[in-house]
Amino acid sequence: MVRHVQKFVAVALMCTAAAFTPVTAQAETPADTLIQAWAIDDIITLDPAEVFEFSASEILGNSYQGLVGYNVKDVSEIFGVIAEKWEISEDGKTFSFTIRPDMKFASGNPITADDAVYTLQRVIKLDKSPAFILSQFGFTPDNVDAMIRKTGDMSFEFEMDKPYAPTLVLYCLTATVGFIVDKELVTSHEVDGDFGYNWLKTNYAGSGAFTIRDWRANEAVVLERNDNYSGKAPPMARAIYRHIPETATQRLLLEKGDIDIARNVSAEEISAMSTNADIVIEDGVKGSIYYLGLNQKNEILAKPEVRQAMKYLVDYATIADTIMKGKVIPHQAFLPRGFLGALEDTPFSLNVDKAKELLAEAGLPDGFTVTMDTRNTNEITAMGQAIQQTMAMAGIKMELIPGDGQQTLTKYRARNHDIYIGRWGPDYQDPHTNADTFARNPDNSDDAASKPLAWRNAWDIPEMTAKADAAVLEADAGKRAQMYIDLQTEHQQTSPFVIMFQEIEVLARRKNVEGFIVGPSFNDNSFKAVTK
Amino acid sequence: MTALSDSSEGRRSALPAVLGKAMRLAATVAFTILGLLVVTFLIGRVVPVDPVLAVVGDRASQSTYDKAFVELGLDQPLYVQFALYVEKAVTGDFGESFLTKKPIIDDIARAFPATLELATVGIIIGTLFGVPVGVWAAVRQGKLADQVVRILGLIGYSAPIFWLGLVGLLIFYAKWGLVAGPGRIDISYEYAFTPTTGLFLLDTAMQGQWDAFRNVVSHIALPAALLGYYSMAYIARMTRSFMLNELAQEYIVTARVKGVAEWRIIWVHALRNAAVPLVTVITLSYAGLLEGSVLTETVFAWPGLGQYLTNSLQNADMNAVLGGILLIGIIFVGLNLLSDFLYTLLDPRVRRRT
Repeated sequence: MVRHVQKFVAVALMCTAAAFTPVTAQAETPADTLIQAWAIDDIITLDPAEVFEFSASEILGNSYQGLVGYNVKDVSEIFGVIAEKWEISEDGKTFSFTIRPDMKFASGNPITADDAVYTLQRVIKLDKSPAFILSQFGFTPDNVDAMIRKTGDMSFEFEMDKPYAPTLVLYCLTATVGFIVDKELVTSHEVDGDFGYNWLKTNYAGSGAFTIRDWRANEAVVLERNDNYSGKAPPMARAIYRHIPETATQRLLLEKGDIDIARNVSAEEISAMSTNADIVIEDGVKGSIYYLGLNQKNEILAKPEVRQAMKYLVDYATIADTIMKGKVIPHQAFLPRGFLGALEDTPFSLNVDKAKELLAEAGLPDGFTVTMDTRNTNEITAMGQAIQQTMAMAGIKMELIPGDGQQTLTKYRARNHDIYIGRWGPDYQDPHTNADTFARNPDNSDDAASKPLAWRNAWDIPEMTAKADAAVLEADAGKRAQMYIDLQTEHQQTSPFVIMFQEIEVLARRKNVEGFIVGPSFNDNSFKAVTK
Repeated sequence: MTALSDSSEGRRSALPAVLGKAMRLAATVAFTILGLLVVTFLIGRVVPVDPVLAVVGDRASQSTYDKAFVELGLDQPLYVQFALYVEKAVTGDFGESFLTKKPIIDDIARAFPATLELATVGIIIGTLFGVPVGVWAAVRQGKLADQVVRILGLIGYSAPIFWLGLVGLLIFYAKWGLVAGPGRIDISYEYAFTPTTGLFLLDTAMQGQWDAFRNVVSHIALPAALLGYYSMAYIARMTRSFMLNELAQEYIVTARVKGVAEWRIIWVHALRNAAVPLVTVITLSYAGLLEGSVLTETVFAWPGLGQYLTNSLQNADMNAVLGGILLIGIIFVGLNLLSDFLYTLLDPRVRRRT
């Protein structure tokens, strides 16, 4: 009887083995296709009027074009893309743009002033998350038809409520929200006056190097070369993003040659892959900043000496080199390097004695107890634990409260935290984007209309707010840069923000895949020139 | 399981009995699902997460935020929100996902077939191996084979599936190249067929795309084997204990005395009786796999229900979560009904009672 059972098991085993006989997996990606693995579950839309997510920004950066652009190596060099040229009125309030002739959308429709005006008005009228980047110039759904107006087939005017610094205006137009959409195509899909919103969130109406052929949520995004592109034709006929959430899985795929680039590389993966001759690790400085926000509603944290002491209780160098393995560099001012007026001084380093002195001055020689809300990602958790240890050296007992991203953020936005460890990415390439949130707080009351990071930490700063507002209206770029340097120097010493690091984006590519550009923001990341 | 079967109405005329049974059934199902909705809805509202954040992100202006708040119906009192939700759900409209802004039905229709395919292959593997192995272990009770089976079962049940998945990928995919990597299909085959049912094995086979079919098999092999192993561990353990129970019964002794062949005693007499409770074990394992195994789906980049639901939950996308839970609830209820039905086929006593 046992023999029968054994025979049955053996047969079952053989059948299964036969069913799963190896079908050799393709070990090489097609020569004309770039395949990247990336966690792309953050994509919720492909509409430039709404996109604000990292991966979707990058996809739009490769498939749409804006009126203007900048050199990713030197962002102070701004040039026209769809706009051929522009003039600024004497009062500094009106930009007159001229559209470059003979450009086409991927659909074949010519690009005219109609498209530019439609795009910008559409952003204001839809009023989605990134709309503030343009509405901050005084546009509302009611006035935008009059303020942004066509003046000829290939020209239009952009009239603002104040004479904002020209660099600010132009940098804002380089953001994805300013990417020009094909009016004719989008309006043909309009339903009940929705500006084609329901259609464009999963479709494409641009003029960039690639077209978006397909987006399947949590699976893949497929792009194809745009034959109507006015620039240099990209060498790759197709570019595919595969959603691979797990970094270890990305690494296996890359080592096996089933993908060309792994976009999520953890600190462990960097060391593990650095010895593989087929793989090259590449990096580029990104604009995101890691910081601690000290809530000024907490009486202890509101003492200037305590704020200062905490800046001496972070081991910047060890965290950057050892824990984060080069995925961040120490940086202690609110403007990331690469921005106009960025301050690169790092006056603080781990100094326990100095911190103890400061705490004694504050009347807290034995330290105190405090909590820190920590988002449960590997990176933030590792940083939080390292900070917890160095804080303890001066007697500060820090309790970490781990939480999901949305959960810690909800608490932070309600000002219910003691300390929040956060990551802040700029919204556009102009210094105002970070000054606006770190150094401005027009109204510190609980029901304020605008709730920047300074508000979230209850830091009431009418004087600094005025300085930040003045910098927005300075037309001279040199003077403007100096204003931001002064602002940061003061902010660095007095603010309740322990600004610690600037992010480095790291990717791992197969040796033969060349030409991927890691730009300062995600929509600057480009695979237009990739060859393999 | 047996709550739905009835014992005393056999003598009355058949029609009212069937009607009553059907009504009781419908009431049970409706009540279960309503309870499910209430609980998930409440959990969703007490979670300290602001659902508007998931929609507009951290940077939106106050006016954008307020607009989304109203669009999501969050300005209404809780009971009104719930009533509106149930009202729509009854008509088959589960609303739109806050995140993808697509109807929940569409989202689930995309995610569920991936999970269904994986779970089905997994449970087939689990049953094909689990039952014979369990029988074998019962027959060799206390001997080496039994110990081996028990240890293997213990590993399958206790080793983190996440870790097993990565190690499996490392060995069978990266080192030996026996199977294809993460994902459901290679890019080169992706557009070779039309995904009509969303079950790639079925789609490729029906459209005669045999290369693509083999590629799909090669992709599903490892995650399905893993889920299969996981459910096999449980099925084998339960089979063993049911069989031990049956083998100790007097009718087995009688059969042996009569001189019935031993294989017949095991495979026909004992297994047939053990099969009745086993059906429940297998259907419940299947239902468990159909919920979508989040960790397996993450490691294998499998775009299934588990990933979808986890992502929705983390972003407080309550419409998506409620829709998903409802689907899972219906699956559980459906499979329970199925196992009740199978009972009547397998167990003549149940058949006679109804």
